[in-house]
Amino acid sequence: MEFAGPVRPLPGGITPPEEKALSSGSPIRPGPLPAALVLPLVQHLGAPAEPCVAPGDRVLGGQVLARPDGPVSAAVHAPTSGRVVAVEPRPVPHPSGLTAPCVVLEVDGDDRFLDPSPLAGWRDAPPEVLLEAIAAAGVAGLGGAGFPTAVKAAAGGARRVDTLVLDAAECEPYITADDRLLRERAGEVLAGAAVLARLLRPERILIGIEDNKPEAIEALRAAADDVDPGAPLTCVVVPTRYPSGGERQLVELLTGREVPAGGLPADVGVLCQNVATAAAVHRAVARGEPLVSRITTVTGRAVARPGNVEVRLGTAFADLLADAGLDASALDRLLMGGPMMGFTIEDPSVPVVKTTNCLLAATAAELPPAPPARPCIRCGFCAEVCPASLLPQQLYWHARSREFDAARELGLADCIECGACAWVCPSTIPLVQYYRFAKGELREAEREREKAEHARERFEARQARQAREAAERAERRRARRTGKRAPGGEADPESSATAASATGASATPSSATAAAAPEAPATDARERRAAAVEAAVARARARRERDRSAEAATLYGAAEDGELARLGAELADARRRREALRADGGDPNVGEPNLGDPNLGDPNVGDPDLLAALDAEIAELEAALARVRSRLGGGAQP
Amino acid sequence: MSLRSASSPHGRGAPDTSAVMGLVIVATTPGLAMLVLQFGWGPLLNVALAAAAAVAAEAALLVLRRRPLALHLGDRSALLTGVLLGLSLPPFLPWWMTMVGAGFAIVLGKQLYGGLGQNPFNPAMVGYVVLLVSFPVAMTSWAAPRGLAPDGAASLLESARAVLAPGSVALDGWTGATPLDSFKYRGALTAEEWREATGLGGLLGGRGWEWVNLAFLAGGVWMIRRGLFGWHAPGAMLATLAVLALLFQDGGSSEGLGSPLFHLCSGATMFGAFFIVTDPVSGATSPRGRIVFGIGVGVLLFVIRAWGTYPDAVAFAVLLMNLAVPTIDRYTRPRVYGHGSPRRGGAPS
Repeated sequence: MEFAGPVRPLPGGITPPEEKALSSGSPIRPGPLPAALVLPLVQHLGAPAEPCVAPGDRVLGGQVLARPDGPVSAAVHAPTSGRVVAVEPRPVPHPSGLTAPCVVLEVDGDDRFLDPSPLAGWRDAPPEVLLEAIAAAGVAGLGGAGFPTAVKAAAGGARRVDTLVLDAAECEPYITADDRLLRERAGEVLAGAAVLARLLRPERILIGIEDNKPEAIEALRAAADDVDPGAPLTCVVVPTRYPSGGERQLVELLTGREVPAGGLPADVGVLCQNVATAAAVHRAVARGEPLVSRITTVTGRAVARPGNVEVRLGTAFADLLADAGLDASALDRLLMGGPMMGFTIEDPSVPVVKTTNCLLAATAAELPPAPPARPCIRCGFCAEVCPASLLPQQLYWHARSREFDAARELGLADCIECGACAWVCPSTIPLVQYYRFAKGELREAEREREKAEHARERFEARQARQAREAAERAERRRARRTGKRAPGGEADPESSATAASATGASATPSSATAAAAPEAPATDARERRAAAVEAAVARARARRERDRSAEAATLYGAAEDGELARLGAELADARRRREALRADGGDPNVGEPNLGDPNLGDPNVGDPDLLAALDAEIAELEAALARVRSRLGGGAQP
Repeated sequence: MSLRSASSPHGRGAPDTSAVMGLVIVATTPGLAMLVLQFGWGPLLNVALAAAAAVAAEAALLVLRRRPLALHLGDRSALLTGVLLGLSLPPFLPWWMTMVGAGFAIVLGKQLYGGLGQNPFNPAMVGYVVLLVSFPVAMTSWAAPRGLAPDGAASLLESARAVLAPGSVALDGWTGATPLDSFKYRGALTAEEWREATGLGGLLGGRGWEWVNLAFLAGGVWMIRRGLFGWHAPGAMLATLAVLALLFQDGGSSEGLGSPLFHLCSGATMFGAFFIVTDPVSGATSPRGRIVFGIGVGVLLFVIRAWGTYPDAVAFAVLLMNLAVPTIDRYTRPRVYGHGSPRRGGAPS
């Protein structure tokens, strides 16, 4: 294995206290075997898996509980043996605390597994077979958004990928799951890289790792002597600087290439996988083991035994925390993920999912509540640390003034929400929250635009249909007049052409069937109408499908915070403001002059009107949340 | 179990506004000490008066605007404005002028625009210019540096009487032309002849003033090392000033406009570079924009010093460049990741 680096650090970035020593010292330990496991059917961006078990079924460990349904979907397996007791909506880890359909497994304690079916001779297996094995094992990205690995690899294989990047940077404070994985199982990671290399046939493999993990680097060096990764392998040591481990940032650090705005790393010939994902790929292919557990860092000063746990998916956070010796009285803030990008969990009964890389049980002293925001002084610290070279402060002014288009112009969409700007802000302005707010508003506006477009299409289709029907009526009249002497005569070519062009005017691809029908000679009006109805039904079905997948993408979006996330965040913010207003008469936003943003409080401290308005706002938000949740719950049981 | 709900990031890692302002105030102390050493107690009285007036004006306006007093006074920005204004005023300035200047700085220069963060102009410089155009005589009678005043340095009591009871003491014995002034109106003398004739040349740039400038430079370097601001704006301003001075030095002849060292170590150069040009609120945003801003200040500073009628020009140069900030910001936006050509081209070896 080659070594490269240290490379020039990213523009921007910050060096927050690492806090990794809390959990990095002890070996990975097995997680608890709880009495019940709750397995969400969707744990990533994309469509939920289709359950293939029913309540009452007995299952063995490794057995499929739900199969992928749709192009972006991943299978879910039983992490141990037991009995399915329910398939129902349960709270899942999500910023808004939403519920989602889950398979609930009552654990029998025997922990019996299906015999694994390794893919013998995978080194010579064709790509489709490998992809199939990875998909069947339900492997999804373990580092971030949990994107199904087989889908990502297939998309990468379809393009020209010359560089496979393994992300071992793990730049978030506190998290040491990848560090420990590399220290203890570097061979598995490299073997997984070999599978991915077999799939993608890259010219080189680059492992990006921060220079604060010397033991992991040493383990990689040792493992590289035993495992052939299938392509020239280089370990690039990057400076310890948050957010070096962001996909786009790491690609730039390692290859000098920038992922184009709105594009994917594959656009510049790179495919990026987390090292834990690579290890899971190896297990799936070479050992035939589905993804039923992951290494999660359980840390924070509210647990007595911080460390890394190989935890079964579906284990409740509460069980995992109890296993680590949680001091519930000291716990103030529970995060899934790290302190920079993780989100708070209010209900510890939610299960560990494929993307749960860290549980951070922090005390109030450890992560103190944010002090009230002061006015922006344009110091520009935020611009200095922004890894995307944005002007966070300008984005903030625009977001606050509801000039969302101006914010988009300045590259709002290129913000990766890493939080470096808010970290250094001397005025303690919750900048990332403003960006999420602005992104949500822009998405909402886009949805409105699409809806309007849709209504226009429908209107035009209706007009076209009426024109067609009028033409048909005219033709029938003519047929009645002339048809007595020429039974079975051909349709008037002119009226047929009119109908065809009228149908074509609706200009939707799905109306092609309707447009094709009248072109056929000797088709009578009834048949044409039947075809039109069929086409309309097909269109409606397609639309429903589209809406449903869009909704699913929104609701489950880990990278995208959809309506629920936005509502949840707004609700939390409103509650926080009310608390502040009641508690000490200090509104967290008092430093901010109210520039027409109804989400920002006016500094009329303790004002009963303001309190009442906040109460109303909170009630409204709660109702909206409940609506969206019930919509989701209803959708789960068709 | 009631768990906190919050939005990421869940921590912070930089000094807050009030700490930043506090550090800047601390960084002025070497300069203030040197001013006192060279020019007597006047500057200290000015700073105290201006700071008190600025904080009082800020408090009054916050009350009128119904803003929480503790939160906003706690940011120490008004205190800093007062200190900066006080540092730029001549010793022996009557107390009420100082207070008027501080009041203007806070009320018209800052609060009427919406308070901290909203003001397009540097408040301290607004206050300074208001005083300069209103009371040109008082504002241009500087104390003579240590060792050059005919009557020796003024004692604390004498300084206090001059400031608090204007007219009760004659100032002539303590005041004198500043090196910038004297050099400008030196007639047909060469630079060297001027030095010998007036004794105002000092070692580097101006008797007394050179030490004051070095002290402010020290404070500024400390702030850069503490990460309070980048080198971009002050560096660009000082470099521009030095280059222009070099171009127009004319070998120190009677036509020359002063050496680079003279310009760097005279008047309010270093104070302006590190304490005024670096004001984030009224300055440019991006590092590139700050370089442009600094260059602009340097050019205007030299032009007004060389060909204008005012003795020094930091305030005018800064206020004029404040006007240009929105334009500068617009044309110096950094290239966003993923747009245009990559910043690191090529793959690593």
